Amino acid sequence: MKKSISFILNERPVTVQIDDPRMPLLYALRDDLDLHGPRFGCGLNQCGACTVHLEGKAVRSCVTPVSAVAHRRVVTLEGLGTPQKLHPLQQAFIDEQAMQCGYCMNGMIMQAAAFLEENKHPNDDEIKSALAGNLCRCGSHLRIVRAIRRAASMMA
Amino acid sequence: MTKNVFDRRNFLKTSGALVVAFSLTDLVHAMPARASVVTKPVSVTEVESFIAIGQDGKITIYCGHVDLGTGVQTAIAQISAEELDVAFGSVTVVQGDTALTPDQGITSGSFSIQGAGMQIRQAAATARQALLQMAARRLEESVEILIIVDGVVRSKSSGKQVRYGDLVGAQPLSLTVDKNAPLKAPGDYAIVGKPIARVDIPDKVTGKFTYVQDFRVPGMLYGRTVHPLAMKAKLLSVDESSLRGIPGIVKVVREGDFCGVVAETEWAAIKAAQQLKARWTEWAGLPSENELWPYVRATKVAKDEVTSNVGNAASALKQASQRMKATYDFAIQTHGSIGPSAAVAEFKDGKLTCWTASQATHALRKQLAQMLSMSEDDVRCIYVEGAGCYGRNGHEDAAGDAALMARAVGRPVRVQWMRWDEHGWDPKGPPTLIDLEAGLDASHNLAAWRGEFYIPVGGPAAVWLLTAQLAGLPHREDLETGSIFQNSALPYDFPNRYTVCHRLTSTPLRPSWIRSPGRMQNTFANEAFLDEIIATISADPLEFRLEHINDSRGAELLRRLGKVAKWETHKVGNRGRGGDILRGRGLCYVHYELSRTYVGIVADVEVDRKSGKTRVIRAFVVHDCGQIINPDGVRNQIEGCVIQTVSRTLMEELKFDRSRVTSLDWASYPILTFPDVPDVVIDLIDRPTEVPWGAGEPACAVVPAAICNAIFDATGARLRSVPFKPSNVTAALASV
Repeated sequence: MKKSISFILNERPVTVQIDDPRMPLLYALRDDLDLHGPRFGCGLNQCGACTVHLEGKAVRSCVTPVSAVAHRRVVTLEGLGTPQKLHPLQQAFIDEQAMQCGYCMNGMIMQAAAFLEENKHPNDDEIKSALAGNLCRCGSHLRIVRAIRRAASMMA
Repeated sequence: MTKNVFDRRNFLKTSGALVVAFSLTDLVHAMPARASVVTKPVSVTEVESFIAIGQDGKITIYCGHVDLGTGVQTAIAQISAEELDVAFGSVTVVQGDTALTPDQGITSGSFSIQGAGMQIRQAAATARQALLQMAARRLEESVEILIIVDGVVRSKSSGKQVRYGDLVGAQPLSLTVDKNAPLKAPGDYAIVGKPIARVDIPDKVTGKFTYVQDFRVPGMLYGRTVHPLAMKAKLLSVDESSLRGIPGIVKVVREGDFCGVVAETEWAAIKAAQQLKARWTEWAGLPSENELWPYVRATKVAKDEVTSNVGNAASALKQASQRMKATYDFAIQTHGSIGPSAAVAEFKDGKLTCWTASQATHALRKQLAQMLSMSEDDVRCIYVEGAGCYGRNGHEDAAGDAALMARAVGRPVRVQWMRWDEHGWDPKGPPTLIDLEAGLDASHNLAAWRGEFYIPVGGPAAVWLLTAQLAGLPHREDLETGSIFQNSALPYDFPNRYTVCHRLTSTPLRPSWIRSPGRMQNTFANEAFLDEIIATISADPLEFRLEHINDSRGAELLRRLGKVAKWETHKVGNRGRGGDILRGRGLCYVHYELSRTYVGIVADVEVDRKSGKTRVIRAFVVHDCGQIINPDGVRNQIEGCVIQTVSRTLMEELKFDRSRVTSLDWASYPILTFPDVPDVVIDLIDRPTEVPWGAGEPACAVVPAAICNAIFDATGARLRSVPFKPSNVTAALASV
């Protein structure tokens, strides 16, 4: 028995038909709504690759049941900015060439975007601490920190 | 010449790339035009295999090596644009498509620039010469007065010009790569050597980029693999009724001991794979984790490989006035890709297409054909970038799984491994055990060195597919470990040296190469033991190495390292003065494979003597990989090498019980996180007139010994087992 769940995705109302309300939001975003930003990394709330904003807060969509977002606002990497109008963080990640494979970058940018809303002038230690739960295997950490610092100054 | 025939419409539809249209009509006999079938050579001897010039002037480069997130496609485009004299932006690189790209070997060993890139450079140089000749004829001018700017050939005297696009017609070219075609003088470079921004990054920051984990085809189903409960357990039975209540299950695919589920939705496949009741036999054939090193030492030796034998080490050791011995070991580790392996497979008209993030699409094609008893001609593997793999991870196995499931259901299937599949089943960097011995003469000269390396057999060929192993389908189960004998021999001139690799017949878990395979482990032991000797004779680590290097590039690099790191001769760490935080620095040097990239590093560490936690605060790296194609790309790789290897050195050790891997997620196999990432200061030595060597791995090799030596400098304790976990450090401190 399918059930409809409606929420606001990147400022547009969407409805998905699901047969299991416990299904993580990640699969609704990727498979039903065809988004590539949020990524599957662990499914265990350990790596951060799936991060999205729920009511402005960074959450792990791999462990957030889709039923929990009904009638709420979800923003993904695609909603943060577009190729035509990049978010300062996206621009800063390009400027700093802040990645290698880039698989974790959705999480880095989404986590950083939520963080910069709370702390507009962070120092490097604060940035590192804010990203402590986001894993990068390629070792792009230093560039990511630089990109976030650059974005913060662009947004100031 | 190898030719692959493919349908033009399908090519356009599936690849979205340019129609192949490299043709130099002035040079080639007219060939009969074919309306629907385009043939494109893929032999490495043909220019057309690598390069297509469209009539619009756009250039397509066909590269057998692939961008694993390292920026190689940008560098390949730079090399091509430079040598062809076209704008960087006019070049597109098609990677690792067995129907379109030459087989340039596995993307491994930091060879994409030095190997694949130089083949492409020579093909481009050949094409450039041919284009000049054609232009000379077309413009009725002599070649000597022609110049090329952005794909336009112009006469310096008359100003007449012609575009590359106008020189090429609609017919294919047969032009053999000329090994002697003159290369552009590095002094004239405008694109190579510049930090050009990577072409893939803009799409990666907006979510537009399609990784293999995103790739889909119409009618596609979702597959998940159900791996055995023990590494070599046999599948006894499957209770499909256990999946009742999950809508959208298409099939439980069972073949031998391979088991997978295919479903209409991804979530159904995930739930089904977890919920499926399967009975497996018991199996407990792994060694005890606590007995790993005795097990390795007792493993049967297949052959001994002597990697250096200078003077007479045995006799010099006997005559030595002081002998030193130590045993080093390096744990089993995993690749740890952030995105678990994935692939899409589709059977159509008896042909298999597999979209894969494999480092080796050409080798994978052979393996899939063998596994499924198909002709290689009926298998096409197309590279789609995935999460970084750092060696041969599970991407190829996921491709095997997808192919088997797609064949079973008759529809395209995407398989993505779950986190526990990746940690539990991707092939591992094998355990490395090393015995070292040195002899000092009465004047404290290092008179003899002997190294024995206990490492499994294996070269750099394709690692067997787990799918084929589990399903009992045709495959070759040879160990392939990636030339791990490299850097067992020393880059120093000690008078008597003997190093031998005892190549073992087996190793506990299916092995493969992990970034800087063998070079990292062997350099760790050699350079840490050297530090033990240097400390014993009260020499200075930098001066001592300089005294024993007969290599001007290596010596120059070490001198620069001394300057960059502000190395102070004979200064030792604080060794307990100044509270609980002990500080020290360690140095390490490698001449990669004794024939390629030079790297030197100084690492500054802090050791908390109460908790045993080590932090690398900063690493100074000097790096000489010859000609640099893209300095920012090289820096990015070096930073990655250092940070990933700090993680490997301080934290990573794959755990297992007698039946299976027990490090199944990031909690049981933690890696370095932001707060503990060191600063990395890099000094690049660019040598534009030298061969461009690799940069993706060499800087990994110097990290473990530098940390080991820095911990010794800080504490007086010698850590000889990687990883240097806090418990190991406190134990070592207690014995100082």
